[in-house]
Amino acid sequence: MTEQAAVPLRETALVDEHRALGAKLIEFGGWLMPVQYGGILEEHRAVRERAGMFDLSHMGELFVDGPAAGDALAAAVVSDPRTLVIGRAQYSMICAEDGGVIDDLIIYRLAEDRFLVVANAGNAGVVSDALADRLAGWEAVLDDRSMATSLVAIQGPASVRVLQPLTDVDLGALRYYAIAEGRVAGIPALVARSGYTGEDGFEIFVDWGLGADVWAALVRAGHDADVIPCGLGARDTLRLEAGMPLYGNELDRGTNPFEAGFGRVVKLDKPGDFVGGSALARVAERGIAKRLVGLVITGRGIARHGYPVQRDGRATGLVTSGTHSPTIGRPIAMAYVHPDDGEPGTILAVEVRDQAVAAEVVSLPFYRRPR
Amino acid sequence: MAPSDLRYTKDHEWVRLDGDVATVGLTAYAADQLGDVVFVELPEVGRMLTQHATFGVVESVKAVSDVFAPVAGEVMGANGNLAGSPEVVNSDPYGAGWLIRVRISDPAAIDELLDAAAYERLIAEG
Repeated sequence: MTEQAAVPLRETALVDEHRALGAKLIEFGGWLMPVQYGGILEEHRAVRERAGMFDLSHMGELFVDGPAAGDALAAAVVSDPRTLVIGRAQYSMICAEDGGVIDDLIIYRLAEDRFLVVANAGNAGVVSDALADRLAGWEAVLDDRSMATSLVAIQGPASVRVLQPLTDVDLGALRYYAIAEGRVAGIPALVARSGYTGEDGFEIFVDWGLGADVWAALVRAGHDADVIPCGLGARDTLRLEAGMPLYGNELDRGTNPFEAGFGRVVKLDKPGDFVGGSALARVAERGIAKRLVGLVITGRGIARHGYPVQRDGRATGLVTSGTHSPTIGRPIAMAYVHPDDGEPGTILAVEVRDQAVAAEVVSLPFYRRPR
Repeated sequence: MAPSDLRYTKDHEWVRLDGDVATVGLTAYAADQLGDVVFVELPEVGRMLTQHATFGVVESVKAVSDVFAPVAGEVMGANGNLAGSPEVVNSDPYGAGWLIRVRISDPAAIDELLDAAAYERLIAEG
């Protein structure tokens, strides 16, 4: 046993459901989570063609309340949550003073003076501590409900059809990156139209103890549409095809939002200072040291996290994520390379077991859903 | 169940003996642990393999796994169908999913391999 394993893993309220479904459970971000039920490819295809269900209860749910909640958040993160209309969401990041990414976030505006910040599982504690710190002195209160909230998602083209009969929320009127309060299977819920798969879909926040009831209702409702439970394995291949970053791979403390291709998220001109603002202003002025790109592997081999990337035999960067793309049918990867080597169409090579395997830079995402 | 006419390694390869030629593959247990296989890299015909040394790579969606030579010898053939249909390693691990054929250089090395019962015990112990 490693020392890490000595720390007991957290379990979601759905762990018994996962075991009953025959899931393979692994450690992820300090949690015991299903990586797959049947097979990753099958689950991946279900989401692209029909729909799949995910237990995302390991994510962090941080509520920020108070008359200065918007101002306080604007000073704490790189985006400007004050510009959000009530019921809408924005993608954001929380950075350190030096501009390095502490986590990427989705921020929902639930009311004039109430926001929901969703953080990654492995960072939820760090983000919670940083927010508590940064909110000090503002008329705003942080309520970390990560261990009091279950989060269940349904993702895929059949999501509306499966979920609508279970909820009083008018899903047709709920736009992408919007959230509404209502009931799902009779359970009080926040229903957001968002996801991490590149498909249409919903994320349903309920009280911790009611997560299993929502899950069971979705299993029943999805049965005829052949909706299946999906694990973190499929979630990873789906998000990679959709060109979405994963913290720990594309994002970390040594990377700033501009390098990750999210300069548009950083609101340098917003009223008031924010943590990391001056460092990020310098990046915007002077340029970036590395650039996140998409790669399609044209040679034989699969690029994986940490594999070196070369241009004409000279080192230019590292692969951050890579797999065989089930939808495209070729190996794909994301990598940080020298900014001069990141134009789409550039031919690079990934070092796979001491062999240079050809790869072409492509614009992200790899996959865009048909509309 | 592991077929009783095959021999096995602790690294989860199987060996089918035909004279001094060994056909080598990955066990059903190993294929299942690995998950959906999407890429297989095998040695050239004629390469000399050292016992216990890596001779190829089998990759699933999530993981990269080395495969080890159960016996020393010369590669007589590699399963070319796996380049286009790597999923056969999952669907038919003891048949169409075979990896390589090796001309065994030291027949005595066969005695080191496990029989089906011993291999079943190994995986039951985890």
